Amino acid sequence: MLSIKNLHAGLENKEILRGIDLEIKAGEIHAIMGPNGSGKSTLSAVIAGNETYEVTQGDILFENESIMEFSPEERAHKGVFLSFQYPVEIPGVTVTNFIKTAINETRKSKGLDDMPAKDLLKLIREKAALLEIDRNFLSRSLNEGFSGGEKKRNEIFQMAMLEPKLAILDETDSGLDIDALKIVANGVNKLKNENNAVLVITHYQRLLDYIVPDFVHVLHNGKIVKSGGKELAFELEEKGYDWLK
Amino acid sequence: MDLKEKLISSFLAFENSTATDTNIHQIRTESFKLFEQNGFPSKKEEDWKYTSLRDVLKPDYRIFSSVESDVNLNDVKKYFIHEIDTYKLIFVNGVYNSLLSTTTHEGVDICVMSSALVKPKYKMIVDYYFNKIINKNQHFANLNTSFATEGAFINIPKNVVVSKPIEIIYFNTGTDVELMLQPRNLVVVGENSHVQIMERHQSLKENTVLTNAVTEIFAHKRAIVDFYKIQNDLETASLIDNTFVSQQKESIVSVNTFSFGGKFIRNNLEFYQEDERITSNLNGFSIIGKEQVVANYTLVHHKQPNCESHELYKGIYDEQSTGVFNGKIIVDRDAQKTNAFQQNNSMLIDDNASINSKPQLEIFADDVKCSHGCTIGQLDHKAIFYLRSRGIPEKEAKALMLYAFGNDVLEKIKIPELKKRITKIIAMKLKVDLSMEL
Repeated sequence: MLSIKNLHAGLENKEILRGIDLEIKAGEIHAIMGPNGSGKSTLSAVIAGNETYEVTQGDILFENESIMEFSPEERAHKGVFLSFQYPVEIPGVTVTNFIKTAINETRKSKGLDDMPAKDLLKLIREKAALLEIDRNFLSRSLNEGFSGGEKKRNEIFQMAMLEPKLAILDETDSGLDIDALKIVANGVNKLKNENNAVLVITHYQRLLDYIVPDFVHVLHNGKIVKSGGKELAFELEEKGYDWLK
Repeated sequence: MDLKEKLISSFLAFENSTATDTNIHQIRTESFKLFEQNGFPSKKEEDWKYTSLRDVLKPDYRIFSSVESDVNLNDVKKYFIHEIDTYKLIFVNGVYNSLLSTTTHEGVDICVMSSALVKPKYKMIVDYYFNKIINKNQHFANLNTSFATEGAFINIPKNVVVSKPIEIIYFNTGTDVELMLQPRNLVVVGENSHVQIMERHQSLKENTVLTNAVTEIFAHKRAIVDFYKIQNDLETASLIDNTFVSQQKESIVSVNTFSFGGKFIRNNLEFYQEDERITSNLNGFSIIGKEQVVANYTLVHHKQPNCESHELYKGIYDEQSTGVFNGKIIVDRDAQKTNAFQQNNSMLIDDNASINSKPQLEIFADDVKCSHGCTIGQLDHKAIFYLRSRGIPEKEAKALMLYAFGNDVLEKIKIPELKKRITKIIAMKLKVDLSMEL
């Protein structure tokens, strides 16, 4: 589904990713772990098409097609979803209308008409229940005044609504207490099936107790320095990152 | 001949054609004397520093329309809030159009100035209110008074909730080249009464027009007045809009100004609080581009204790456009316990656009709460990326952000159909096909 080849990227003159190779197949859950500053968030932003970062070398293929020249919205339309580490507050746009716009723009890109309001409301109710989201929450301004946990739950709610093929969860566990973490993880697990894939980006092993990865990769200094099964996460939790340097 | 000279000779001709033994004649003559002395404001005056009138005053304006007004309902219907029933006062090239209008004299007077100025039964009202709260330092208001003949006359006695909103629309057919229009509105709202008014100036064809409008609003005890100004004219139209509000005890007056279209717009909006526990609301939202200019000059004069004023102006400036916000608040020594809030937020979305924002607070009382805030920002790229990563295209994402920016001003609109209409104008202005009702 996702194939990253020798990816180099950075900001201005500073190279952050120094040759990443990664293969993710449908039905798999991958985790990328690494210390602060290793390039985890840069990788997720580059996959989603954030133009702040400059890609200097390499390629990203999504379903066998290079998406390097695609805008963020085109990547979203193809089925790439990024759950933000720091979701942006947008006063004046309610959660419901934001998601309505996102869904209808995605449908428009596929030549479909807007989703009928009735169907949309039904879908919203269904997915909100999955993530134990209160109805009032949906009429609030997007992320404005949300707690850390609410923001992350809202990200996964959007993921549930948009049903992406590839979901990248960037530090989704940060700012979550254990109950919220369980709700979020439970939501992700329920949405997971053999046709989609998840890439979990995290500093700690904690989230991986709930979203169990098939593969774990360690990112250090812009490169994947080690890959393995889920047991690698436990090893990192125990020994830290120093032994890999 | 420059415009001032032309106005002087026109005034003499105009005065010869009207009755000279009336109070109105007296008022016009005095006002014209002031205009003659002071002329048009220059950039040397502090209040006109940011708005050069050079281009606005250059054309060879016709002072009186030469054209008999004739417009087809189908051509102008789109400018009405036709989804709801309203009273309508429609003027075409400065002349009242009875066919398009819906007036009334049942319990309330919603009619025209030209008849109010001459009919004996309105003499008392006219004598009592006409030109009574005009700031004599406003050059354009004096000029308007000099030629005041036509406009809306709205007189609501006490204890009346006017059953439907009033639409005042001034059309300019554009058949007259370089026309100057000077409409004059008088709104008197009695004790406990409530009225909603929408005002619009609209050119139908691209031809230079300068409108110099004056509106006087008197709100008596506990009266509620909601006034909406929809400024979305063609690029050949300039507007100088002067509005003066006088408020009595516990009255609530809101003036909401939406500026999107027009070459040059200058709004002079002045509130005078004459008694206690009064609320004044001033809201504005502008989205402009190209070489458009929108200037909002406001004054709230707190004269008595325990009053409030809430002021919120937001603007989005693209291309080479210029915005001006000048918010003056005066709190007299007797006006203790005043709450005065003022906020001006601007977004510059092009490096060539500019905004001049100036709060001006003169506070002589010591037990008051007054605050003012001013921000100038740009589109947040992180937020744009966030929206795009959810599949919302760049143009739509930006439009959504801009709409959201002005949303709290739009929330002040109490007529849902008007809010929808303004939302539609915004979508057109931002060139997106989005349902923006957020």
